[in-house]
Amino acid sequence: MKKTVDTRGYSCPEPVLMTKNAIASDENGELTILTDAGTPKENVTRFAEYSGYKVETEPFEDGFRLNLTK
Amino acid sequence: MRRIAFIPVAAGIVIGITASLLVMFGNPGNMGVCVACFTRDTVGALGFHRAGIVQYIRPEILGFIIGALISAMLFREFKPRAGSTPFARFFLGMFAMIGALVFLGCPWRAYLRLAGGDWNAIAGIAGLVCGVLIGIFFLKRGFSLGRNRKTFMFAGYLMPILAVGLLILLITGIQFGKTPEGNPAPPVFFSSSGPGSQHAPLIISLIAGIVIGIIAQKSRFCTIAAIRDTVLLKDGHLLQGVIAFIIAAFVTNLFLGQFHPGFEGQPVAHTNTLWNFLGMVLSGLAFTLAGGCPGRQLILSGEGDSDAAVFVAGMAAGAAVAHNFSLASSGAGITSFAPYAVFIGLAFCVILGFTMRERG
Repeated sequence: MKKTVDTRGYSCPEPVLMTKNAIASDENGELTILTDAGTPKENVTRFAEYSGYKVETEPFEDGFRLNLTK
Repeated sequence: MRRIAFIPVAAGIVIGITASLLVMFGNPGNMGVCVACFTRDTVGALGFHRAGIVQYIRPEILGFIIGALISAMLFREFKPRAGSTPFARFFLGMFAMIGALVFLGCPWRAYLRLAGGDWNAIAGIAGLVCGVLIGIFFLKRGFSLGRNRKTFMFAGYLMPILAVGLLILLITGIQFGKTPEGNPAPPVFFSSSGPGSQHAPLIISLIAGIVIGIIAQKSRFCTIAAIRDTVLLKDGHLLQGVIAFIIAAFVTNLFLGQFHPGFEGQPVAHTNTLWNFLGMVLSGLAFTLAGGCPGRQLILSGEGDSDAAVFVAGMAAGAAVAHNFSLASSGAGITSFAPYAVFIGLAFCVILGFTMRERG
């Protein structure tokens, strides 16, 4: 089951920390992260790419859904 | 992550040069931009504190908010949001301000003081880093002020509306008559001497503020995240921006003859190393727990973030408290009450850090 982390509404740097924790326990090599537009989306994307994931982005409600795959 | 982070570096260069130019145009020494000092001056202009030498509605501050609004609109990032433990943020803003006024400058000005040769800033910056590290300790343990929620459009516009209102007060210089002694009566006070009387022409300050607001919104320039993300996430892209900011201000100061290295006789500064350090430990910790430096909080408040606006309101209250309770330092040094306030602030932040945990 692909894990989804909803980081919407949290102040920096919490969205990235939540992503970091999810990546640390990720066994399937795929994750979904929901983020707000702007800074959190950029920060999570940068961190995920740095951690070796490929990031696909799609608009979702008021923010974005980031699909992370190894 | 060793690449040059183009946007933050470009932002740092523009903001650094602009800050030094603002000093040339009349702002106080090493105070081209200081969010703490300028918020304090603005609060004083409104009469919430009566320190006569630091009263002026600073257009730079208003420009930050207006610039952030313009940029957020342009890039479709304006989003009214609220509800992430606002009253705790109010106190964080208050104590961050008190710490900054013990040191005499926000993180922006700490770097600008360094770029102007004020070596007292080194203790402040060391304190700032220390405060951020303590904040990281709490963040790693799961510290959180909780989730915000989408709110009403009008709520998001409140801070920009306030900024425009203050701008109107500044431009009209409205006075409601005079006291019997002939002193200007409220609502607006303007210093006739001291740092509050030193300012660049209104239009230059305003345009500079708006330009910095736009750039800072787009680049996410943040003097706290620069340190925090480098340590916590090994992500140095904002740190590159801050280093560019310091170098750009330093080089511009050299060209303008504004670089005066030394400890003694620095503008709006004192030489008490211990309290320069501890004041900024408090500030750095409070800013880290609130999620960003004072400039960043202003920018967020212009983007529709009501929680950041509450933090700014806390900073404003902190400025009033700092002067009304004789906590703010002067060129002569700290006051005898300042240490108590700093310790109370640190205790508050530590209690917050230990008690407000959401993530495991």
